[in-house]
Amino acid sequence: MATSLPVAANAYALEPMTIARASRDLDDVFTFEFDVPGGFAFRPGQFNMLYVHGVGEVPISISGDPATPQRLVHTIRAVGTVTRVMDKLKAGDVLGVRGPYGAAWPLDELRGKDVLVMTGGLGLAPLRPAILHLLAHRGDYGRITILYGARSPADILYRDELARWRGRFDCRVEAIVDRAGRDWYGPIGVVTRLLDGLPLDPDDGVLLCGPEIMMRFAVRALDERGVPRTNIWVSLERSMKCGVGLCGHCQLGGSFVCKDGPVYRFDRIAPALQVREL
Amino acid sequence: MLDLNQRVVLDRAGFAALLQALADDGHALVGPTVGDGAIVLDAIAGIDDLPRGVGDDQAPGHYRLRDRGDAALFGYAVSPHAWKRELLPPRVPLVQIRRSATGLAIEAAPAPTRKVAFIGVRGCELAAIAIQDRVLATGAHPDADYAARRAQSFILAVHCGSPAGTCFCVSMETGPRARGAFDLAATELLDGEHRFVIEIGSDAGRAILARVASRTATTDDVTAATAVTDHAATQMGRAMPTAGLRDLLMANLEHPRWQHVADRCLGCANCTMSCPTCFCTSVEDTTDLSGDVATRTRRWDSCFTADFAYVHGGSARPSLRARYRQWMTHKLATWHDQFDSSGCVGCGRCITWCPVGIDLTEEVAAIRAAPAPRSHADG
Repeated sequence: MATSLPVAANAYALEPMTIARASRDLDDVFTFEFDVPGGFAFRPGQFNMLYVHGVGEVPISISGDPATPQRLVHTIRAVGTVTRVMDKLKAGDVLGVRGPYGAAWPLDELRGKDVLVMTGGLGLAPLRPAILHLLAHRGDYGRITILYGARSPADILYRDELARWRGRFDCRVEAIVDRAGRDWYGPIGVVTRLLDGLPLDPDDGVLLCGPEIMMRFAVRALDERGVPRTNIWVSLERSMKCGVGLCGHCQLGGSFVCKDGPVYRFDRIAPALQVREL
Repeated sequence: MLDLNQRVVLDRAGFAALLQALADDGHALVGPTVGDGAIVLDAIAGIDDLPRGVGDDQAPGHYRLRDRGDAALFGYAVSPHAWKRELLPPRVPLVQIRRSATGLAIEAAPAPTRKVAFIGVRGCELAAIAIQDRVLATGAHPDADYAARRAQSFILAVHCGSPAGTCFCVSMETGPRARGAFDLAATELLDGEHRFVIEIGSDAGRAILARVASRTATTDDVTAATAVTDHAATQMGRAMPTAGLRDLLMANLEHPRWQHVADRCLGCANCTMSCPTCFCTSVEDTTDLSGDVATRTRRWDSCFTADFAYVHGGSARPSLRARYRQWMTHKLATWHDQFDSSGCVGCGRCITWCPVGIDLTEEVAAIRAAPAPRSHADG
């Protein structure tokens, strides 16, 4: 029977965008900026599908400032077939872009509360838009704390910006590394160590992003500090081909990470994360 | 003028005329036909291409055609092919991207403009189409290609009178009588005159039917038609009680049975390929020899492949145990969370076409017989 299904736009159609600026953050991490005169509106935590001609498409979180949508920013680690080719691209090269997709960090919900941002490694990239929003709307929030863990001082992402935030008197920024030489004056260890002595209230909102193992330990540490899982949000990473809930790859239990996530309130996804290989 | 609630009878010539009327109306006819030792869904020219007197024997890992010794055109249960071959084809070009000095030119694949009449859709298959409608065409980002194909489909359902040994549509409440959105539905009657009792499901169905000579069904015709599906309902080769099934599986994600089935499973993906509701796809790029023109193609994928859940560093489900569990719990449990229905219609294809005869009804029964004492999922 012919149905009254809506006539749909091609969900896979992408927009060509020229890389306006390309910069290297770390040995294997780089940032592309695209100028979008009409603006590329997104909510912090959302991602785009980025396409390299003839190679393939990957989901990459948006790292730019939500207040300046005319500049679309993606920070990318070269780890797979597509991102290794991206690593060789430069300003003037063209990527295909479609998005933004997925759920966002709950920045409206956290208004009036103290906010703890806890992140490790490249997990800072999807949190950067949220941090920029928090700092731009400083008066809307209580205390703001950013705890960042990296493998070594040389692996600290957005080093200049972290330093700038750290220089502000209206937020607290702490960094910790797994290993360091004598020129490192900060603490050494895992990011959860930075919770020691930190004032925490059960009502605080926590934004968490990093390797899954880091997030597990962070939640465990926050459990011990009395922060309920209903006040913790995480961003997850799964295989995605379509980004819009059609292809099935990103399923985690009953959830499609691409459209129900990637940002989840932790209590809602915790059962699925506790089953090995779900 | 035919009434939507009216039932009419077509003889064999009338049924042939109905197919011709559909073709004359500009539909490509796709229906069951014998090919490669199986009943396949393929282009048919008319009634002579339908299987004649052919039945199918189906059991776990077993499929054989048999001679029924009668004139039945729909005397089999289900084809290994599902209608998703028409609506969600195995390979569909999505978008073409041409590289030039000035950048990338994107050209979306044209929407399909082919009217197709689906001949002989079973109740289980109609239910499967309704499920894929929900998955692919009703979300925030509907699949344009699917929606276009679906909008141009005409469905001539044929109620099932010959369930196979792997069928359990009665358990899943999808058959043997087709319900839901058909244009026309037929019951093939073989006692006495070879004839078809036709129900009308839509205005499009009524319009086509009005073009062929028919007679009004008698009470006897309607009774005989009901008897066909009533009898079929007693011939289910399998049963799968569904009460509490979602919660049972979600509470048993660490059940030892998953390893038991993984030890038998080959990870071949036959179950997902033959399943009428499995919708997972991947997108791949092919480039022409110049390297300038890339075509992005959507193709069927399967949660049984090693790279299905691959993220940098490895697969989220390296073991077959996890992959089988993903498939079965998605089909029978999390599908409810996502789409408010089961993902299983009881067609039995995954049982028949599993080369080692893994039977999901048996796997469910094993878990039901010895559920885990406590839920790991709640922990």
